[in-house]
Amino acid sequence: MIEDLALRFLIGGLIVSAFAVLGDMIKPESLGGLFAAAPTIALATLALTLKKEGAQYVAIEARSMIAGACAFAIYASAVSFALMRYRTRAMRTASMLMLLWFGTAAGLWAVWLRR
Amino acid sequence: MLLRLQFTSLKETKPSEYFWRFVFGGTVTVIASLVAHWFGPVIGGLFLAFPGIFPASISLVEKHKTLRESREAKHGAKSAAAEASVEATGASIGAIGLVAFAFVVWRNVPSHGLAAVLCCAFFAWMVVGWLFWWARERI
Repeated sequence: MIEDLALRFLIGGLIVSAFAVLGDMIKPESLGGLFAAAPTIALATLALTLKKEGAQYVAIEARSMIAGACAFAIYASAVSFALMRYRTRAMRTASMLMLLWFGTAAGLWAVWLRR
Repeated sequence: MLLRLQFTSLKETKPSEYFWRFVFGGTVTVIASLVAHWFGPVIGGLFLAFPGIFPASISLVEKHKTLRESREAKHGAKSAAAEASVEATGASIGAIGLVAFAFVVWRNVPSHGLAAVLCCAFFAWMVVGWLFWWARERI
């Protein structure tokens, strides 16, 4: 278990760093911003998950990922709006609005995924 | 609007910031894996799209913009927030691409090889993200 988690940490760190560097380099900023929502965690974990748990397990995770991604889109839009409208600090705004991601993801789980 | 790669922007990021990005990325990946291990794939899958490093990413954008403007003797708090907002808009478009990525994996992974599925899903993320970005720029 520890070895598996260490491998996931290493792969996840590398993939996230690579996409962050790409996002920094690509201009205009709005296009570079796409890389802040790259499928980094999925790319880092799905191969290991498939090997360990099988394809059906990965398919179930991917279906839930759709809900998580919808929540991400709503959350990032809200952060963008708040920063533009109220000119607040980015870290504080994004951290406080993280509740919106949890709320939306939980709502989608309740109405769609739990059935 | 033309896409371009600006290598000089890499110099704005300190080695410690690269290190912390790596640590954040690894940690979020481990947390997502543990959630799936403890609560199963339905809950765990939600965390494959968890915006774990997003706050740190836009905070860095804001910090770099503030530093750039302070070097030019401008007061950059407001325009730094605007630049972080633009980055967040890009992320919201990227998240729509993430929906396409997840859909391709969901529908194809039981019947096709994972490598091919991940390549197609990644391509779907890029195409959908770019299309929505392009449409937004046009509006």
